[in-house]
Amino acid sequence: MNTEILGIILMFTATLVAAIPIGKYIAKVYAGQKTFLDPVFNPLEKVFFKISRIDPAKGMNWKEHMVALLTINVVWFLLGMLILMCQQWLPMNPDHNPNMSPDLAFNTTISFVVNCNLQHYSGESGVSYLGQIWLMFLQFVSAGTGMAAAAAVFVAFREKTTTQLGNFYDFLIKSCTRILLPISVILAIFFVFQGMPMTFEGKQTLTSLQGDTMTVSTGPVAAFVPIKHVGTNGGGFFGANGAHPFENPTYLTNMLEMWGQFVLPMAMVFAFGYFIRRKKLAVMIYTVMTIGFLLLVIPNIYMEMKGNPAIAAMGIDNSLGAMEGKEARVGAAASGFWSIVTTVISTGSINSMHDSSMPLSGMNELLAMMVNAFYGGDGVGILNFLIFIILAVFISGLMVGRTPEFLGKKIEAREMKIAMIIALLHPFLILVGTGLATAFPAQGASTLNNPGFHGFSEILYEYTSSSANNGSGFEGLGDNNLWWNISTGFVLILGRFLPIIGPVAIAGLLAGKKYIPESNGTLKTDTGTFALVIFAVIVIVAALSFFPSLALGPIAEYFSMR
Amino acid sequence: MKPNSQSLFQKELMQTALKDSFLKLSPKKMFRNPVMFTVWIGTLVMFFVCLWTLAGAKAQGSFGYNLFVFVVLLLTLLFANFAEAIAEARGKAQADSLRKTREETPAKLQNGQTISSAQLKKEDVFICEAGDIIPSDGEIIEGLATIDESAITGESAPVIREAGGDKSSVTGGTKVLSDKILVKVTTEPGESFLDKMIALVEGASRQKTPNEIALTILLAGFTLVFIIVTVTLKPFADYANAPITIAAFISLFVCLIPTTIGGLLSAIGIAGMDRALRANVITKSGKAVETAGDIDVLLLDKTGTITIGNRKATHFYAAEGVGQEQLIKAATLSSMSDDTPEGKSIIELASLNPLSFAIKEPRFVKFSAETRSSGIDFGETRIRKGATDAIKNMVEKAGNPFPEEIAAQVRNISNNGGTPLVVSENERVLGVIELQDIIKPGIQERFERLRKMGIKTVMVTGDNPLTAKFIAEKAGVDDFIAEAKPEDKMNYIKKEQAAGRLVAMMGDGTNDAPALAQADVGVAMNSGTQAAKEAGNMVDLDNDPTKLIEVVEIGKQLLMTRGTLTTFSIANDVAKYFAIIPALFITAIPALQGLNIMHLHSPESAILSAVIFNAIIIPMLIPLALRGVAYKPIGASALLRRNLFIYGLGGIIVPFIGIKAIDMLVSLFM
Repeated sequence: MNTEILGIILMFTATLVAAIPIGKYIAKVYAGQKTFLDPVFNPLEKVFFKISRIDPAKGMNWKEHMVALLTINVVWFLLGMLILMCQQWLPMNPDHNPNMSPDLAFNTTISFVVNCNLQHYSGESGVSYLGQIWLMFLQFVSAGTGMAAAAAVFVAFREKTTTQLGNFYDFLIKSCTRILLPISVILAIFFVFQGMPMTFEGKQTLTSLQGDTMTVSTGPVAAFVPIKHVGTNGGGFFGANGAHPFENPTYLTNMLEMWGQFVLPMAMVFAFGYFIRRKKLAVMIYTVMTIGFLLLVIPNIYMEMKGNPAIAAMGIDNSLGAMEGKEARVGAAASGFWSIVTTVISTGSINSMHDSSMPLSGMNELLAMMVNAFYGGDGVGILNFLIFIILAVFISGLMVGRTPEFLGKKIEAREMKIAMIIALLHPFLILVGTGLATAFPAQGASTLNNPGFHGFSEILYEYTSSSANNGSGFEGLGDNNLWWNISTGFVLILGRFLPIIGPVAIAGLLAGKKYIPESNGTLKTDTGTFALVIFAVIVIVAALSFFPSLALGPIAEYFSMR
Repeated sequence: MKPNSQSLFQKELMQTALKDSFLKLSPKKMFRNPVMFTVWIGTLVMFFVCLWTLAGAKAQGSFGYNLFVFVVLLLTLLFANFAEAIAEARGKAQADSLRKTREETPAKLQNGQTISSAQLKKEDVFICEAGDIIPSDGEIIEGLATIDESAITGESAPVIREAGGDKSSVTGGTKVLSDKILVKVTTEPGESFLDKMIALVEGASRQKTPNEIALTILLAGFTLVFIIVTVTLKPFADYANAPITIAAFISLFVCLIPTTIGGLLSAIGIAGMDRALRANVITKSGKAVETAGDIDVLLLDKTGTITIGNRKATHFYAAEGVGQEQLIKAATLSSMSDDTPEGKSIIELASLNPLSFAIKEPRFVKFSAETRSSGIDFGETRIRKGATDAIKNMVEKAGNPFPEEIAAQVRNISNNGGTPLVVSENERVLGVIELQDIIKPGIQERFERLRKMGIKTVMVTGDNPLTAKFIAEKAGVDDFIAEAKPEDKMNYIKKEQAAGRLVAMMGDGTNDAPALAQADVGVAMNSGTQAAKEAGNMVDLDNDPTKLIEVVEIGKQLLMTRGTLTTFSIANDVAKYFAIIPALFITAIPALQGLNIMHLHSPESAILSAVIFNAIIIPMLIPLALRGVAYKPIGASALLRRNLFIYGLGGIIVPFIGIKAIDMLVSLFM
């Protein structure tokens, strides 16, 4: 077999093999059981909780959870704005990078707070080391925020009837210190050995073989890159992200970075199963996600390896695949694979230019973000999936002649209202954003590098990436201007917090309801049939909402290329 | 009243429904249904576009084409209205025929005055004698009568109704066959259950049920998605230099929103109540029917539901040293004045005429709760029959032993589900009579069916636990309440409800009223007391205790019909997209011809075929909406697979075929 493909299969298997025990471990962490890191962190946490007067053992209902979540996010946002807008006067700026403009600082801080990392700047020249460290901190806590919200949902479905969904701060701290940190540290040590820089000394000057002198940006990259992936953030240290040789020096780092972003979203699914003691349900969810993922990734690998017919027509050898915008050390297969991994999961780090993907590969990358629930981001992926479960349960519950119920709780008008609003939000943000950008070409469309269908795809991609909190760019558009910074900034906020609040609210409402024991007439949600319904709901919702826009973008481009 | 084979579309019903479909176009009525209301707005816009093209606008296509789109949209609305109207008309016709039986009957008041039944008010008292038609629903306050209720129930055997007790209700329209009764009117004119049900069907007081609301939210959500999709398509298309006509926009929108289920939704709800009425069950709200589909536990009285009528005597077992004839004779004598079905069955089994024994000055001892025995005294002889421990006490008090073999026989009878009655003469045990319950044929299969539906059946009986257990096992019920007092039922219901289950029960007596009110679905028998009927949320005109099973299926059908048609409606969109999207852009972007996988004739014909398909699918599905999707107790997952296959996969494939066929037809004229 082709070694490129073999490498991918090995990587995927390695992730799955690791995700199951890690999932079990995560369930243990959220259940408040002892972990190997307790001796290190418990005393520290005690001090912090005492100073901040938080009782981590105090239960919160879903509203208190959300208030705590939003409050702390606002604090992070304000601090971030302050640091980025004042970085030239603050320490740890050996390269003397200037202050960020207010709109760019707004966009940057928001995008890191919401775990999106849409970067309208280049790290080399745009951010000081202090700024980078703050952004790194946000990469931890934003992932932790999503996971803490998911943990609240886990609790809601484990208890028969309760209003208390655990303590938000407790879940947040545990997610960061017991889960994200240890995995990141292990990866960082490995990355240093693979040649990733780890220094605070600023730009290095070196002389090339030809005798030219050049300055090379470095920094604490090896500390930054692991959490960028493990936290499904995707914000690169450098502008070129994972395509930059310091951020992704070898084939091995490439594979490990993919493993890093893949492992927690998968593990969260298993953690859900372990935590609520329904492993079959977790397997069902995992299966639906994996089938969705494979349906997107296999065509991508195929198309990218097959190469570009337009280039072949010019008489250029295409046997390595469509190599425009790709790194030779990574190759077409691993690039195609990464392009879907990073878009199904809300990472958004890139190791090739998605702008140069084949038209239908680009469509799959878009679809991955439009669905945003095949694995998805840390914690938030499973929250997004919950919305699809609710819709599927409702429709299939009716089809078997019973008021729909999920895990023993009746789905009624209130839950449907919330689920529908969240399901609507994603197409709303993407389509309205794209609609505005095309309706006012002076603002949006004029910044495009490409005309026609591809240009349209670039706009569509930017808003899809923002709404899905993905952060990858089709690039090709001059995105650091007032229009893009502000409009995507707002899409980011709405696309982040509403899809967290919605599922937590649904879980909270359901948790307060009476538990109905299962009977023969109850629809089982851990079966293949139900998996099929969820899959159909996901496909239909995504297809129905986005088919016209995809037809005008990648599909039109595909047909005109033939 | 029984013939249920009424065809779906009767001529006179069709006429009313057709008229109503136009009346329902008023925006006030349309507003109740968000999905169809958006179609209504679209139709209005198309009307103005037609005028505009007539006035000479060029960019919007020909007048004929726009007019055609307008007409098809209007038809879509009319079809949806027609579905609702025909469901209403059918329900109303059914209720009317029930109501007709009780119109304009003369009522004789106590003071000898005769007035029309329409003038009767609550608390009025009227007299009925043999041959009279009872003018109004009421409660017998004096007397006893045999009554022919076939007008309501279709059952020809007359029933006995008497003052006091649980069989005191009479129904208007039924006929008194013998004797004379005084009846008090219990409801104001126009407020009987039937009147309330007619109001429900007519829509005046029809409330959306919780499930209907949740589904409406889902459908409104889908409608909103497509509003966003269609509106944003305008700048997208402009950007791609592919201008789209208003007709195309509106057609795309109307085709995508779930008009099929949106148009049929209220018809499905009304048809559910109508089906209940056809089963001779009056429901007090649409919600009750829906809840019936969710029932987890069913409480059934043993007598009449699980067993036929009452216990029958099957054997006489004489004590040692007592002749079989002696026992039979004593048993017959003790039952002489016993009017209970058990007493009669003893005489039947003995095949002796009690009057053939010449006995002087018999004194009959009635059954009482304290002695728990009955019998006869004559001369020096005292014959008693009764519950084992009652007779045992009496015998042992008199210093006589209770024979060992009789005690053994008693246990044996109990273990086999029978009821022992011990017979004594002058405080000496003569023997024991075995009474047995006869389980209704076919009842086991019905319980098996319920079990497959996931419903737990509970038998309620006054029998002792041993007997109850035996019958429960034999009939195949899951649980039983033995020696049940009215509060036991209540406690059982509360216990199950506390565990999150929904409970249904059937009852008739005033005793049952609290439990009927507590149960999630309480079906009162029409023969029951007014209190019971008020407490329950359904009234069964047939007084058939097994009716609950049908009610549950009607409830399930209702939800399933909604679910499957929603799935079908949404699955349809896939094909419609493949018809309309290429049609919208092909002129400006020829490359998108690749999406025209159905090879439709032209952009115009593609759009027309899609809207025509969208319109005609509604009337084609009306019969299904009215009849309901068949429920099969094959387990939830299997049922889901089945419906997913038929309505999901079918919903994807059917419109591809339908649109292509219509396109071939339409292209003949273009």
